Amino acid sequence: MWPELRAGLSGWLSPSRTIWLIGAFLAQFYCAPARANAPLNYLFGAGPRNVSTLTWGVLTISIIVVVIVTGLLLFATLKSWNRPASPAWKERELVPRATNPVAVVYAGLILSTAVLLGVTIWTMMTLADVAAPPSKPTVSIEVTGHEWWWEIKYLSSDPSQIFTTANEIHIPVGKPVAVRLQSADVIHSFWVPALSGKTDLIPGQINKTWILADRPGTFRGQCAEYCGLQHAHMGLKIIATSKNDFEAWRKNQLQSESEKSIGSAGQNVFMQKCAVCHTVRGTRAGGRVGPDLTHLMTRTTIAAGTLPNRPGYLSGWIADPQHVKPGSKMPRLQIDGQQLAEVRTYLEALN
Amino acid sequence: MTEIEYDRVPKVVEAIGRPELSARLRSFWESKPGLYGWLATVDHKTLGIRYIVTAFIFLGLGGIEALIMRIQLAQPNEHVLTPEEYNQLFTMHGITMILWYALPILTGFSVYLQPLLLGCRDMALPRLNAFTYWVFLFSGVFLYASFLIGAAPDAGWFNYVPLASIEQDPGPNIDFYALANIFLGISTTLGGVNFIVTILRFRAPGMSINHLPIMSWGTLTISVASVLSIPAVSLAFFLLWMDRHFGTHFFDPATGGQPLLWQHLFWLWGHPWVYIIVLPALSMVSQALPVCCRRPLVGYSLVALATVLTMVLGFGVWLHHMFATGLPTMALAFFSAVSLIIAIPSAVSLFSWLATIWTGRPDFTTTFYFFAGFIIVFVIGGVSGFMTASVPVDWQLTDTYFVVAHIHYVLIGWNLFAVLGALYHWFPKMSGRMLDETLGKISFWFIFIGFNVGFFPMHISGLLGMPRRIYTYSPEMGWSTLNLITSIGSFVLAIGLLITLVNVVRSLRVGRIAGPNPWDADTLEWSTSSPPPPYNFAVIPTVASRSPLWEDRLGEGQKSSPARGFVLDQGKETLGTTMLDAVPDVIVKMPEDSLAPLLLSLALAALFTTMMLEAWWWLAASAIAILVITVAWLWPRRSLGEIEGSTS
Repeated sequence: MWPELRAGLSGWLSPSRTIWLIGAFLAQFYCAPARANAPLNYLFGAGPRNVSTLTWGVLTISIIVVVIVTGLLLFATLKSWNRPASPAWKERELVPRATNPVAVVYAGLILSTAVLLGVTIWTMMTLADVAAPPSKPTVSIEVTGHEWWWEIKYLSSDPSQIFTTANEIHIPVGKPVAVRLQSADVIHSFWVPALSGKTDLIPGQINKTWILADRPGTFRGQCAEYCGLQHAHMGLKIIATSKNDFEAWRKNQLQSESEKSIGSAGQNVFMQKCAVCHTVRGTRAGGRVGPDLTHLMTRTTIAAGTLPNRPGYLSGWIADPQHVKPGSKMPRLQIDGQQLAEVRTYLEALN
Repeated sequence: MTEIEYDRVPKVVEAIGRPELSARLRSFWESKPGLYGWLATVDHKTLGIRYIVTAFIFLGLGGIEALIMRIQLAQPNEHVLTPEEYNQLFTMHGITMILWYALPILTGFSVYLQPLLLGCRDMALPRLNAFTYWVFLFSGVFLYASFLIGAAPDAGWFNYVPLASIEQDPGPNIDFYALANIFLGISTTLGGVNFIVTILRFRAPGMSINHLPIMSWGTLTISVASVLSIPAVSLAFFLLWMDRHFGTHFFDPATGGQPLLWQHLFWLWGHPWVYIIVLPALSMVSQALPVCCRRPLVGYSLVALATVLTMVLGFGVWLHHMFATGLPTMALAFFSAVSLIIAIPSAVSLFSWLATIWTGRPDFTTTFYFFAGFIIVFVIGGVSGFMTASVPVDWQLTDTYFVVAHIHYVLIGWNLFAVLGALYHWFPKMSGRMLDETLGKISFWFIFIGFNVGFFPMHISGLLGMPRRIYTYSPEMGWSTLNLITSIGSFVLAIGLLITLVNVVRSLRVGRIAGPNPWDADTLEWSTSSPPPPYNFAVIPTVASRSPLWEDRLGEGQKSSPARGFVLDQGKETLGTTMLDAVPDVIVKMPEDSLAPLLLSLALAALFTTMMLEAWWWLAASAIAILVITVAWLWPRRSLGEIEGSTS
């Protein structure tokens, strides 16, 4: 059965048909990223164009190389495929060493060297282009990695203009933003695929990078260096808006929490249970272990991009953080249903 | 016997039809039956098979770990594993495959085949060979003991500090990692030394360096690299252990240490290691593919040079694992360039294989199937490596599933496909029986399809931004279908491997008898019986070309004489030759079977266990035991010519 199958298959698989099939197969994969709806996709980003071009360039070269080599292999193999069944080993002749097409190896050597040198030069040019932002950044932020969330501090030479938030970064469209990166515990990596590649946050050193969004939108980011139990749930968001919207957001963030809810039941619960770790500016709550919650309700997600910031999820998270993010540094609090409702009401007023 | 015996000129005889010579040699070389012989043997063939079997067991363990992870990742938000369980599994999977499978399997083939390829009777240092095997085995047992107490390493195979520091990871997990790696490093380093001496000094007369089998070039190259690189990383593991238990601050930034120091020390070994675990596999393809294609390898010298060049360049690319750590652009540019250039020697090997197939008359054996599949995955693994070498591209690709796809195309593609082809090729030599070709081809298709269905989509999940080492993901990330496909593919791959396992077990009992040279191959191992006798060759063969068994039919005139040469029958002897030209130089007295290697590795295991338990008095006792056994092992013996005078 085997020889017939083999003969049938090789008859059908003409070299050109084989190449076509392989091409079609690979094209499927090539198109998949374009079709997929994936927020961390970086092939269609809003960051520096030249990096995307280089990525598509090396990807295309790679696919061409795979197709050519697979084709060569199939040609080389199919050339002998229909030979009659082999006679006994001992009677088989050998191809003499004199038939030594070493020129093929040299040709491959020269061709691949040319391509590789070309890509090396292209890489160096792109690297030089993106080493510094295209213009002087007007906004500077400092990102501190924590297990497992992001502390975001907007820097300024004027101390009254400095404020801290978490997990969501607002930036003005079209303006480069300088980013200083540091870590409070282990190594993390700052990555917003649509806007830029990764830069690590390493304890004991400060790394610098920059981001630039060329269109408004919300861009998802993610910690990209394995950092322990909840590495999977360490997301962040970058929200690029017009300059006016950005300024409005910034002005609001600079406000301390009004004293309107002083003495509310929810605030009392918060001060007892939450204030050791969390800050709400303008109140006694000054903990630095967890995210600053002064303007919690201006954020779209909680627990570092893990849950939508909606009342139901907020209650679930406060009631049992270890269920959502096992190993999270936020403990399961001794809190009853009434206290939970009160503290949630308090949090919902933080905007 | 007197010392004059070592100066004698041995007689040259024909090996054929001399049963009394065979019996005499067997009396010197055969291990004693029973438990003692089993534990004390220094026969490279027994040890080679033990290496292969043990490494495949580790492949099985690492594979089971992978399959459990693939169940967890098959769907978004799965709860099969807790985050801690997942982290232990992916860490152990990486360590097991990269350290306890990938090199030991190649070492196994080399330990078995090198003396046969070279035409000598054992490795240069037979007791050291036994020792390195036992150390490999015990270090693996030591590592896996961590599972028994539920504290397997959990900081990834490259174990970045400060995540691996005592403050972040106070359990014994990381200590198992550090100590098991130091333990294994002893085996790998000494194994490298053994191969270097064997390949440089134990070749058959006439096997000058330009006649060295291409497979020996791979082993020689990576042995030198092992000796140069492993001690550095063993030191790094030791510094980590010191940081964790003695309050040193090598990696602690709070007190002036440097987390990046760990990354440099690790990758300074880690990248050469990637080449160490693939170059011998590539050279096995270069050795056996020409046999399938009925012709000598095209461009032997170029391939040999490419092998060495890859390894040399491999020491200059480690920074490409650290492109995102904030290093100066100038350093990135240099390492990016070298990382791209290193693809050139790989292209040489690739075109050499293609030309060999093109101008050959390939026989479509299972070995050929695996090698042809190997070439395709070799290229895919190569080009994905080429993409990550370009710094701005790598800033996106690094630490995503694209890199996971890349390392699997390299490790499964370059290593496992080559190893399986080699298994189908050399199994008849090792067992005396053929593997079944139909089962083999079925196994190949399961493995080839399962592998590509499983691992190709990882490239795309990577391009879609899926980070490595996440224990779960949410459905809106757009990775769900791809992950399901990957999980299905990995199970198909596992089935393919099981079919080969069934084939091996079945063929050991009912396989067709192979005879000395079932493939009509060209190198010396095929000139002796299958399996070879304990002394390998009745007389030391003489070699005059790279294909000693093909010379007459290649039209070059038969100048080598595989069955005629020096008869060394005055005890356990083999021939030492000169380094470049392989001119007969000395008669080497080989050691008898010995329990010392086993005992020394047990004492070492005790030492590492006491370090683990911080039982300092017991540690001192183990150290003394090590000293005593080492002295006993090295005590000069007359039978080895280490003392002048009579041996009788």
